[in-house]
Amino acid sequence: MKGVQTESIPLTRLTVPVARRDHIQGRLDAPVTLLEYGDYECPYCGQVFPMVKAVQERLGDGLCFAFRHFPLTNVHPHSEHAAEAAEGAGAQGKFWMMHDALFENQGALEDEDLIRYATALRLNARRLITEVQTGAYATRLREDFMSGIRGGVNGTPTFFINGIRYDGARALSDLLNAAALHL
Amino acid sequence: MANQVTQKQKSGSRKSKALSGGTKAPDFTLHSTPDQFVSLSEFQGQPVVLAFYPADWSPVCGDEMALFNEVLPEFQNLGAELVGISVDGAWCHAAFARDRKLHFPLLADFEPKGAVARQYGVYRDGDGVSERALFVIDEEGFIHWSYVSPLGVNPGANGVLSALEDLENKKTAKNHNTQRS
Repeated sequence: MKGVQTESIPLTRLTVPVARRDHIQGRLDAPVTLLEYGDYECPYCGQVFPMVKAVQERLGDGLCFAFRHFPLTNVHPHSEHAAEAAEGAGAQGKFWMMHDALFENQGALEDEDLIRYATALRLNARRLITEVQTGAYATRLREDFMSGIRGGVNGTPTFFINGIRYDGARALSDLLNAAALHL
Repeated sequence: MANQVTQKQKSGSRKSKALSGGTKAPDFTLHSTPDQFVSLSEFQGQPVVLAFYPADWSPVCGDEMALFNEVLPEFQNLGAELVGISVDGAWCHAAFARDRKLHFPLLADFEPKGAVARQYGVYRDGDGVSERALFVIDEEGFIHWSYVSPLGVNPGANGVLSALEDLENKKTAKNHNTQRS
C-alpha cells in the first residue's frame, strides 16, 4: 500500500519531559508534575492563573509546576513579546515574578508596560526590552511551542499531569482531583 | 479545556468514509479569492495539506486555523503547502483570513456546495458542512494520510507533521537507493 491511514492520532502524551531546561516551581522529583502550555495574552490562560496557584497551595511539596510558552502570535499580537519578557526576566533570575505580573496585567502588554514591570521588579529594564525587541529567546520559545505541538497541544491553556494531557474541565476541583490521583 | 474532548464525544464520531491512504487525490479547482482560483494539480511535485473544516468564524475552526497558521513554517520546511477548505464563500473567507492574519489560502467549496468535500468523502449531509478532516497528499498527487476528527475537536498539528516527515523520509530513502543503483 502506497500510503497509510491512521484511525486515531496518538495526541496526548508529552514528548519532551519536564526537565532542568524548564521553568519550574517545586522539585523535579515531586510525585505530581503539572505542566502548562500557555500564552500571556490568552484570556483562558488568565482565567486559570489563580486556579494553578490554588492547586500549588493545596498540593504543596507534592507538586512541581512547570510553564512552557505557546504563543499564538497572529491572534495575540502581544504574546510573543510578553513571552520574551518572561524569558528575559528569567535570565535575570525573576522568571516567575514576571510571569505573575504578565498574567495579572493581561490588558497591558505593550512594550512600555513590559518596561514598567521590569522596573518594578528591579530588573535591568534596558537589557530586558532590548532582548524582547531583538527576539533574544526566539529559539527557546519555538522549542517550547513545537514540544507542545508534538505532544498534542491544540490551544491554550493545555495542561499535562505527569506527562499525560489533561482533558478534563477547566475547573479547580477537576484539575485538583486529577492531580491528586498521583499523590 | 476549550478544544479538548471527552470520551463521550470521541466515541460519538461517526464512521468515516473519507478517502484513505494510497488513493489518487481527486483534482479540483476552487476560488481562493473572489477573482482567483487554485487547483490541486498546481501543487504537483510537492506535498500539500488539505484541511477541511466546517465553518469560518466558529470557535473550534478559528482555533484550528490559528494553530495551523503558527505551525505553517514547519510544514513549509518539509516542502509542503497548506490550504484550508470549507463551504463558506470567497468573500467570507477573505474577511476571516484577514481577521485572523492567516498566511495560507482558504478555498471556497461553495458552488456546487460541498462538491469537493463529497469527492473526498467528508461532506456531512444534513449539516451542510464538511467534516473536520485532514489529508496529506504526496508530490505525485496520491493521498498519503488522512484523518477525520470529531467535529468539536481541534486535531492539532502533530498528525500532519508526522505524515510529512514520513514522506520526507521515504523520499530520502528513494533518492539514496537511486544513487546506489
